[in-house]
Amino acid sequence: MQRHAALTLVMLALASVPARAEIDFSGSWVSINHEDALERGAGPNPADWAGLPFNESGRAKALGFNQSVISEPERICWFQTQWHIAAGPFSLRMWAVPDPVTGRVQAWVVGAWETRAPMTIWMDGRPRPGTHAPHDQTGFTTGVWNGNELVATTTHLKVGYMRRNGAASSDQATITTHFRRHGNLLTVTMFMDDPVYLTEPYILTRAYNLSTNPVSIGGPPCITGDEGVESGRVPHYLPGQNPYIGEMTKRYGIPVDALMGGAETMYPEYRDKLKDAFVTPPKCALNCGG
Amino acid sequence: MKNLILLVTLLGAVSWTPALAQGRGGRAGGPPQPPATPRGAAPVDLTGYWVSVVTEDWRYRMVMPAWGDYQGVPLTPAARKIADSWDAAREAASGEPCKAYGAPALLRVPGRLHITWQDDETLKLETDAGQQTRLFHFGAWKSPGGSRTLQGDSLAEWEGGGRGSTDGSLKVTTSNLKGGFLRKNGVPYSDNVSLMEYYELVTQPDGAPLLVVTISTTDPEYLRVPFVISSQFKKEPGNAKWKPSPCSATW
Repeated sequence: MQRHAALTLVMLALASVPARAEIDFSGSWVSINHEDALERGAGPNPADWAGLPFNESGRAKALGFNQSVISEPERICWFQTQWHIAAGPFSLRMWAVPDPVTGRVQAWVVGAWETRAPMTIWMDGRPRPGTHAPHDQTGFTTGVWNGNELVATTTHLKVGYMRRNGAASSDQATITTHFRRHGNLLTVTMFMDDPVYLTEPYILTRAYNLSTNPVSIGGPPCITGDEGVESGRVPHYLPGQNPYIGEMTKRYGIPVDALMGGAETMYPEYRDKLKDAFVTPPKCALNCGG
Repeated sequence: MKNLILLVTLLGAVSWTPALAQGRGGRAGGPPQPPATPRGAAPVDLTGYWVSVVTEDWRYRMVMPAWGDYQGVPLTPAARKIADSWDAAREAASGEPCKAYGAPALLRVPGRLHITWQDDETLKLETDAGQQTRLFHFGAWKSPGGSRTLQGDSLAEWEGGGRGSTDGSLKVTTSNLKGGFLRKNGVPYSDNVSLMEYYELVTQPDGAPLLVVTISTTDPEYLRVPFVISSQFKKEPGNAKWKPSPCSATW
């Protein structure tokens, strides 16, 4: 009797505790590529790093980048890091993985694309691997709830791209991803915190619409072929030899200094520096939308 | 048994604490409390000075975009025709320099926001760039009607939050807007436009708040589908960098 009474009291108490706030992110989320449409779709213009909080190392590495590097046999099947969620154009498919015994959510998964491995967000409190554990493009991600917001932290990444024109992230980078749902609208905020190439975190926010059409995940297996770069050669530009510097200036009238990025280019005051150096461009003739 | 009673007591305390922490009253005993005002019920504090962080659509925001460049905007053919016929000199002489400072585009203009409570039921958002003011009305506020304006009539409501989390957001719906530009190079929206926005705080890696605003613009005349973008702002300690400047049609 005493045991039953105690059990009843416990159950009543548990019923009065607010449920741990969790929201269901399951489903197919179609990417709304209205901002940074060119950068996320066809790809950014070469030597355009405006609005990116580079340090000198980040800028130097980007200036040495030659797009043909991705045709190296060693890199044809090289995956993007999880940053590609924000930097790329693709939609998301998300699902929860329950623990087979307790039914509790063990992980949330953001499905893969052709060039990005799935992001498995471990929710079970498992420890992060040690500092010297192997790194890869997938990284290791854990998640916590902040009310109905899912916050995922990714470490143990290999070198990747912040922008697909050579702006690189290092293997010391940490990506923090915030998922917020408003009915059928999803807002994803991503922070790239990289002490090697950035002076402050790089921030991107993206929006998605829930869809009943399933977003495909994965893709055909990547097959290495001959794309014209022989094995052993690493396409690059030596310091001072990047041929694309000035291309954006010709096309859009933007001064080269601004295109070289740096944290100051992210803030309104920078417009004062730009005003006199900017040249109004002619009518758009390429990649104009429509 | 004693341990179980202790457990029950503790769990009960846990279940009550957030309500008390929110200051909403009414459950902790004592005289009944009046319903919280929207200001008192705010699950997050949006007030203060905020600065744009322009990492997206940089060449459409930090400089004048090229004439005829409407990349990313799902324009109808009628809207494309208008954008293609835009003329910088004509626009500069039009006497209407604020067309790109209306509610659908205002938060894309690089600058600072100052958010305050005008009263317990009205949140005020001001910008230094373009010197615009938006009012977000909570509760049963009714539009006085009248002619359409750049900033329109905005109804606001809180969503989520509580339980000690910072996931609450402000939902704002805006109508009665006057047509204007989504971008300074004449990418248009019409008088038929309406707006839905979510204002929320996201914690940056250093623990500071980031204001993220997701903006969905619907315009059956000039947009094929809702135009959805998001803008972000970092909090500033005060008004030291607040620099009011008039609207500009050409910069």
